[in-house]
Amino acid sequence: MKVELTVNGKEISADVEDRLLLVHFLRDVADLTATNIGCETTSCGACTVLLDGESVKSCTVLAAQADGSSVTTLEGLAADGQMHAVQEAFHQEHGLQCGFCTPGMVMAIVSLLKENPSPTEAEVRTGLEGNICRCTGYHNIVRAALAAAEAGK
Amino acid sequence: MSILGTRVIRTEDPRLLTAGGVYVDDLREPELAGAVRATFVRATVAHALITGIDKSEALTQPGVVAVLTAADMTDLPAAEPPGGEVPGPDEPPAEGPVPLGGKWAEPLLAVDRVRFVGEPVAIVLTDSTYQGEDAAELVSVDYEVLPAVTTIAGAFAGESLLFPDTGTNVCVRGGRDISDDSIFDGCDVVVEGDIVNQRVACLPMEGRATAAAFSGGKLTVWASTQNAQLARLIFTAIGLPPDAIRVVAPDVGGGFGAKIGVDREQIVVAWAAKHTGRPVRWVETRNENLMAMTQGRAQLHHIKIGGDRDGKIKAYRLDVMQDAGAFPRMSGFLPMLTNLMAPGVYDIPAVQADYKVVVTNTAPIAAYRGAGRPEAAATIERAVDWFAAAAGLDPAEVRKANFIQPDQFPFVTKAGAPYDTGEYEAALEKVLGAADYTSLRDEQRRRREAGDTRQMGLGLASYVEITAADGGAGETAKVEVHDDGTATVYTGSSAHGQGHHTAFAMILQSETGIPMDKIEVIHGDTDLVPDGVGTYASRSLQLGGSAVHKAAIEVKEEAARNAAALFEAAEADVVLDADTGTWHIAGDPDKSLTWAQVAEHADGGLIVANVRFTADRPTFPFGTHLSVVEVDTETGKVTLLRHITADDAGPVLNPVLMEGQRHGGIAQGAAQALCEEVLYDVDGNPLTSTLADYAAITAAELPSFELLTSETPTPVNPLGVKGIGEAGTIGSTPAVHNAVIDAVSYLGVRHIDMPLTPERVWTAISEAQKASAK
Repeated sequence: MKVELTVNGKEISADVEDRLLLVHFLRDVADLTATNIGCETTSCGACTVLLDGESVKSCTVLAAQADGSSVTTLEGLAADGQMHAVQEAFHQEHGLQCGFCTPGMVMAIVSLLKENPSPTEAEVRTGLEGNICRCTGYHNIVRAALAAAEAGK
Repeated sequence: MSILGTRVIRTEDPRLLTAGGVYVDDLREPELAGAVRATFVRATVAHALITGIDKSEALTQPGVVAVLTAADMTDLPAAEPPGGEVPGPDEPPAEGPVPLGGKWAEPLLAVDRVRFVGEPVAIVLTDSTYQGEDAAELVSVDYEVLPAVTTIAGAFAGESLLFPDTGTNVCVRGGRDISDDSIFDGCDVVVEGDIVNQRVACLPMEGRATAAAFSGGKLTVWASTQNAQLARLIFTAIGLPPDAIRVVAPDVGGGFGAKIGVDREQIVVAWAAKHTGRPVRWVETRNENLMAMTQGRAQLHHIKIGGDRDGKIKAYRLDVMQDAGAFPRMSGFLPMLTNLMAPGVYDIPAVQADYKVVVTNTAPIAAYRGAGRPEAAATIERAVDWFAAAAGLDPAEVRKANFIQPDQFPFVTKAGAPYDTGEYEAALEKVLGAADYTSLRDEQRRRREAGDTRQMGLGLASYVEITAADGGAGETAKVEVHDDGTATVYTGSSAHGQGHHTAFAMILQSETGIPMDKIEVIHGDTDLVPDGVGTYASRSLQLGGSAVHKAAIEVKEEAARNAAALFEAAEADVVLDADTGTWHIAGDPDKSLTWAQVAEHADGGLIVANVRFTADRPTFPFGTHLSVVEVDTETGKVTLLRHITADDAGPVLNPVLMEGQRHGGIAQGAAQALCEEVLYDVDGNPLTSTLADYAAITAAELPSFELLTSETPTPVNPLGVKGIGEAGTIGSTPAVHNAVIDAVSYLGVRHIDMPLTPERVWTAISEAQKASAK
């Protein structure tokens, strides 16, 4: 079937299998490989992207379901060569190590801060329950989220 | 002023944060154009004979390029003849570390028998991933099911043998006599019991992944590995010499020990590329990862500890039973380390330790962050708490009464470990002070007296661990200074999140004054770094970093000769200003030469030093962790409120990186204590093979951590540093474990095995209450 998506502001249309997952559309059709696949059960959040501004786990959305929608991935966050506040906070706070969960974590936090611009530490932790990181113990990811919130004030 | 010791944020980050890393699945190398996807057909039963494989239906499916089994692997070099002494049924098995070959050998694809659910049986090559999943389901494997061995006790019973030719399921044993009970003579307090160190998943967020292309007689393999050079040696199994193989480790999404070298599937992928002439890419699913990647821990300990009423421990016995899983890999080595580290930080006059390793119909066990040492620390720290409780003493006081004292170093323990340096009591005092231990004990007492349903527990763990245990293998570094003033570091160490590029550039800047932004660090490509050892055992900074340091000194020596010639001065009069990266004549600061000018004068405009740094012995970082938990006595739910640590791994090169390593380690260790466990049913079916079932710890279950640092240098390497990659895991598991037991001990609970899930804690409380009611 034919789908048409706007990915990071660019329109992409393609003829795809009905069963094609959004994450595979992004990686294999749009050739945007920042979005990683960490599980296939919607558990780890590595594949988190924004679908019409809301965070979704793109391993559990069909490309067909996203037809006509707008998707933002990690590659689409920085503007004019400037990192987004969440990206910058991850850098300053050492919020990433191996980098594999990072694209999903960053997108989840962008979404979290949009819904709650001044979260408490507990709210950040609860908000990130669906994103697994194995390197950082979450300590600096939480700090990065709080720092980005602070910077956004 | 040296950059060392300062907070430098990582140079690796901007790329990872804006474009994402380039992991195996992201590679768009021209050699991989048109690569086929590999999908493995895996055993669906834990123990069975293969009576037939029918691939005919799979071969008719769209996009299928090949379906290959062990029978197709006729172009492999002949297997080594069964070596080593295989013991008879009544003889004890051979002693020593694995890997064991011969009758214990692990095939690349299952031949006539499968030994765990998830064992690879066939490889399907297709044009696309989805086609591979479809076709793999249609490969029909007939099994004659055998009784599965799923527990250590079952393995010892020996009613079903995984390797019948060996006559036993016991593949390795320590062979020491631990039967002399007289070491406990005269002990007023003796405690004995079993402690389970449960099987856990390593769970790097990127699972195993490999791409391979064979062209012009040369194999190129991109592998998610902790050491490309070791991987290259392993890939020679497909019948190519090392110099016909290039291994590249692109970005690697975590390893935690499970990516040391490469696994059988990765060798099969490389073979398939050579066999078919098509580039092949394999990226495992999480389901495969949780079934077939090596897992960690899986030890059962029987311990006995004894001492005086005043808290002095006089004797300790540790009997380790290691579940190797279906194939004995590193699992002979792991319990050896557990034995070596058995007495921990304590000066115990009599120590007995022994181990036995058994095979079971479960995923193979290998290294997981700590690898043999967390098990030792977990048990001695529980044992000390048992002993303290039996003696009626505070656990902190018992620890203080038994620490090896600073003036005793270097100290060889009764288990044979040669500790380099240590300030164990200072680390404990630091934590107790920062946490305000006395006030916490007051709060605990208050809650107990009030009959609060939310009880508080305090758990201590004082640890010492062994890092860079194979320091003699050392690590390589090559430093080049170019005539444009830039420098390149080639390291045999292998980053997968630790921050090697930042750390090694800091070392070079500190020595030479060449600024970090003019330094490139290269690792993980056997064409560029043919000789290297890699990253595991918390060895990277102390061996790899020391190698960079050594190479930096050598390039300075050559540069000094060049500068002297350019200045027409004596070499002894030439000095480097390492703050500005300029060369001068002593006493004449006006005349200077840049690194670019000095390098220009060298042969080919390049100054090079190629070194290997080796250490003559390991290092032993140490510290104390204190966990504060709250236990809901009505539900058994544990909340980790605070986790405070004092860790000492020598001088800190970059606090940002060091803290990051500790945070990650603490979380993984706490996860073992609280929630994570790999489970099988009685038939050997995995029950935790998705992330919906395996309880990986999340941000919601953890607090922010409180870190204190001390810096006792080791004399073992020029940087004075010890490893910190695994210390967090080693200290945190027993601290959290002890805290939970401490919270409910007043109800009569003596021990609960990990993981301390609400169900287990609730059950233990209920049983203790029932027992006290009788």
